[in-house]
Amino acid sequence: MSQSLPVATADRAGLVACEHCGTLSPRHSGPMTCPRCGAVLHRRKPDSLNRTWALLVAAMILYLPANLLPVMVTTSLFHKTHDTIISGVVYFWNTGSVGLAVLIFSFSILIPMLKMGALGFLVISVRHGSARTRRQRMVLFRIVEFVGRWSMLDVFVVALMAGLVRFHSLAMVEAGPAAAAFGAVVVLTMLASFSFDSRLIWDNDEKCDER
Amino acid sequence: MTEELSACPECDALYRKRRLNRGETARCPRCGARLYGRARLGPDQMLGLVTGALLTFIIANAYPIVVMQVQGVSNSATLSGSILTLWSEGRRLMAVLVFATTQLFPLLDLVAMTALLSVAVRTRRGGVRRPGWFAPLLRFLQSMRPWGMTEVFMLGVLVALVKLSNMAHVLPGVALWAFGALTIMLAAILSFDLRSLWDEAES
Repeated sequence: MSQSLPVATADRAGLVACEHCGTLSPRHSGPMTCPRCGAVLHRRKPDSLNRTWALLVAAMILYLPANLLPVMVTTSLFHKTHDTIISGVVYFWNTGSVGLAVLIFSFSILIPMLKMGALGFLVISVRHGSARTRRQRMVLFRIVEFVGRWSMLDVFVVALMAGLVRFHSLAMVEAGPAAAAFGAVVVLTMLASFSFDSRLIWDNDEKCDER
Repeated sequence: MTEELSACPECDALYRKRRLNRGETARCPRCGARLYGRARLGPDQMLGLVTGALLTFIIANAYPIVVMQVQGVSNSATLSGSILTLWSEGRRLMAVLVFATTQLFPLLDLVAMTALLSVAVRTRRGGVRRPGWFAPLLRFLQSMRPWGMTEVFMLGVLVALVKLSNMAHVLPGVALWAFGALTIMLAAILSFDLRSLWDEAES
């Protein structure tokens, strides 16, 4: 294919694609709505990078209490234990459920951290990244979008345990404050990845379109 | 003229649209995104699957997921019961979060799908015009879809089972199997490209 010719995009053709039904409409100034489904049209998601940053920073802040405070409080006959996410992982590891320990460690600690790092990197690289890595960045973004929801795992485990283990004097499980904080981290990072417009990765670099 | 064109939703590259057969997907050669597709199942077949999923959803929520026995005392937990427990213990935010992702959004998704698919089936048979609520409901469904998390919850149930089996005697309840079946049905339902409903309801 030709090296220097820019790829035809809807934007360069003066068109705006509807996020919901995909219909293309001619772009004009002022507010636009899709003639087919009535959705509000935007050339790119409004204020994409700033919103992604704001949600990401909020998620990073909540990530601290989510890991430092207890997610689960277990009361049994003789003692009361406060479990954080990491102590839950250690518990599984020590009792021989190595597979589960790895699973929870990945979903609750590794993935949220990598996800926030990856989103931060994607936002920064919209302005400073090289055009040669666009495809790789796109793959990274898709992984972030796909993997995000799975971090809710620990929240569901705690919710179920708290609903089930209610043997008043013998054993009680209660949800700790970290569980809600952790859920909020998941929701905020999901919102952050939804407000990130991946088309920004591909804009502004006609000069280096190798394909 | 713009009806023959399609823009990649993820990188904005512009393509001429092609007619697809059932089960085919068009992908963007530049970024690899899915451009548009035509579902393997038609709207009428999909409607059957969605109805089945709705019934399964009711069973999954009406019966206990796990029954646990400690020294002769047994206790069972339904999903709603667990959510109410969280609420009454003051973990309100968490209760709302679990309620929304495991009950509200999956249920809304199935109900909306039922309504939209029946419109699509009827318009295909001819004569009927699309009702006014069709477009807003479809847009609503498209934006809330990512928030239903039945499959994640299913894995959470399994992890909780393993965790509890170390402490006490646990028996899987009816709802556990229902949730398993629902997860599989939802996987098929969620793979249905909602964008194709815009076309189905028009042609």
